[in-house]
Amino acid sequence: MIRFGLGRRAGEALPEDPAAWLVQQVEAPDPAAFSPGLPTTADGLTVLREQNKLTLPPNTSLVRPLFDQDVAAHTAQLLTTAAPFRERLVWFWANHFTVSTRANGLHAVAGPFMREAIRPNVTGSFAGLLLAVMRHPAMLMYLDNASSAGPNSPVGKNQRRGLNENLARECLELHTVGPTAGYTQADVTEFARILTGWSVDLQRLFPGYLFRDGTHEPGTKTLMGRRFGPGEVNGIAALDWLARHPATYRQLATKLVRHFVSDDAPPDAVAAIAGVLRDTEGDLAAASIALVHLDAAWTPLAKLRTPQDLAVAALRALDLPADKQPGLGAALTTLGQPLWTAPLPNGWADAAAEWTAPEAMMRRIDWSYALAGRAGDHDPAAVADAALGALLTARTRDAMRGAGSRRDALTLLFTSPEFQRR
Amino acid sequence: MITRRSALLGLSAAWSLGGRASLALAAAPTERRLVVVLLRGALDGMAAVSPYGDPDLLGLRPGLAGTEPGRPGGVLDLGGFFGLHPALAGLHGMYAAGEMLAVHAVAGPYRSRSHFDAQDYLESGAETRLSSGWLNRAVGALPGRTGALAVGVQIPLLLRGPAEVGSYAPQDQPAPSPDLYARIADLAHDDALLGPAVTEGMRDRGFSGATLAGMEAPARGRNAFAALAAAAGRLMAAPDGPRVAALEVGGWDTHAAQAQRLQGPLRGLDAGLAALKDGLGGAWAQTAVLVMTEFGRTARVNGTGGTDHGTAGVAFVLGGAVAGGRVLGAWPGLAADKLHEGRDLAPTTDLRTVAAGLLTDHLGVPAAALGAVFPGGVAGMGGLVRV
Repeated sequence: MIRFGLGRRAGEALPEDPAAWLVQQVEAPDPAAFSPGLPTTADGLTVLREQNKLTLPPNTSLVRPLFDQDVAAHTAQLLTTAAPFRERLVWFWANHFTVSTRANGLHAVAGPFMREAIRPNVTGSFAGLLLAVMRHPAMLMYLDNASSAGPNSPVGKNQRRGLNENLARECLELHTVGPTAGYTQADVTEFARILTGWSVDLQRLFPGYLFRDGTHEPGTKTLMGRRFGPGEVNGIAALDWLARHPATYRQLATKLVRHFVSDDAPPDAVAAIAGVLRDTEGDLAAASIALVHLDAAWTPLAKLRTPQDLAVAALRALDLPADKQPGLGAALTTLGQPLWTAPLPNGWADAAAEWTAPEAMMRRIDWSYALAGRAGDHDPAAVADAALGALLTARTRDAMRGAGSRRDALTLLFTSPEFQRR
Repeated sequence: MITRRSALLGLSAAWSLGGRASLALAAAPTERRLVVVLLRGALDGMAAVSPYGDPDLLGLRPGLAGTEPGRPGGVLDLGGFFGLHPALAGLHGMYAAGEMLAVHAVAGPYRSRSHFDAQDYLESGAETRLSSGWLNRAVGALPGRTGALAVGVQIPLLLRGPAEVGSYAPQDQPAPSPDLYARIADLAHDDALLGPAVTEGMRDRGFSGATLAGMEAPARGRNAFAALAAAAGRLMAAPDGPRVAALEVGGWDTHAAQAQRLQGPLRGLDAGLAALKDGLGGAWAQTAVLVMTEFGRTARVNGTGGTDHGTAGVAFVLGGAVAGGRVLGAWPGLAADKLHEGRDLAPTTDLRTVAAGLLTDHLGVPAAALGAVFPGGVAGMGGLVRV
């Protein structure tokens, strides 16, 4: 519940067989039920289009309210889900395929991207997930592919527009084969040519992904020694080939093991997961289940909780009534990991060293204290036992017992070395 | 300023905006105001009000007994036997002006040495944990509708119950006390990853060795309680403002290095009570404030220069309406055979009688209603306020 989940929610039953409980979450359908009233990608893009036509006063936004709806829906899901491992997988893959509201227009589509491109595909094939992501307007806008044009395409020639390599480079480096695969700048450029035309149509009734023939670079391209013809279908083929590349499996296995096992991913664990991906041709359900069965994954508290992990775990441990519940979205901003606002396309760091800056730790302390102040009559010892079980150290128990108030005791719990880890 | 900078919940929003609160006191039944300050963590009563005239004090508390009045750093005399801690200079001024009295060797009816249990019993006003607090029940017993306000992030048990209660909390959360920071740092100390980060973070925030020892609070947290108290005073000063309020402040659990660690919290309390008076302005004349804690601390100093959980302690009653300038309560003495269970100051006054006296004589709660406020009934201590 701590390593693979989101922290035990107050009152949540302990699974009899933890491994089986995790596996079941992967095998069962996603239980998440999002309100049908949440904006779709088309809704978000429509509002964005209207917003682009207006001259708005500073600090006003038409798309921001849509984004806030998604923040509320996703944070509620994190705090209440009974399938926390699946939720963790969703956020792992969302971070692997980072889109960030630091780019213009992304507030309109970041939430729909999660619900439409990431969530339905986290236990499918990696190739399916990759294709869904690469065709989603959020990714095409975030990494600028929507405006990329082949220099020899009709639009490129007439309007003197050209390539934007951003998505092609990040797809190779971050999403698939990784820099160790030995691709060159020429490969990046060729891949960018392959992806020309993968764009967004804002003007139609239901705006969304559009393959634009007019900006697609004609001719055959060579990516990492392999030839791909023109057209959207060959872009799909190139992505499928990259998705099934051994280097991709190695990179994905390394990231998965680093996330779920330890910052220094044990090579044998990485090899095992890469092997499963290879044998199953990128079946993410199989890889997720294989993670659960890694011996190394059951060493407790090997990972520092990121701010998101920490805030979610603390809020689940208290399970406060709605009127006392502080906003998780605001908490993540305070703690330095605002939702869908990663600084760079490589997403949020997964190593403890990135999250242990002194001021960051102080913010964790202050946030914990503020949260503990809302906890009312919770018995701190009971919260600690329920949340950490045998992982609660005698030292923390003693410190809590010696605290002068419930609030101080809960603050000590949330800031204790064991609660800071998963 | 309050409306702009603060998150206001419930009634206090309307109060501060001068709007039409559901509990707006168009015909407030009383002009009297009662504030209860909860000191969570157990204030050492013998440090706050030292019985320097007791011959057994020095033997029990070498290093913690304080210095006699008149000497540098000495206690501030309260009539020849007791002396106020020098960090409570503002309170001493109120004492001299006849606006503050202390009740010593006071304790609730329970004998728990658990902070959490004792705080709940103290707020319940009973020997068991109830679902409502005595201050809420007292508000309910008043004729008409009297506004009550919890000042802080949440409503303490003291004010919870059937009577409606507003709450007020400034947006900037008070930071943990230096003592709590020190405990967190101590807990993380041996952790190779977190220990150095927390230590460094505290240094960056301006904590020095002195602040960690409680000698002084860092600038950030220094005035948190005073700011709350000042805001409470301003809200209560309004003609249609709340008549009853509760505040809380921690930092009293001085198991080690008490001489140093008590300085900051006492100074903060002193400044906060002065800020409350300032905020109340002219309404101070109609105000009584009860400052109480869940239990006192051991009569003897422990092995780490601190004191452990005890039994009887001290309470303060202050305000323009208070008949002050006195120390009340029978002093049980500190001789070995006088100590409660051989270790604690023995209780001679039930804290509830102090509260009850304020409720009836000051706030106008009918004496017949005291049985509902304090289950089992309790007689109020007379003469606490100028009637």
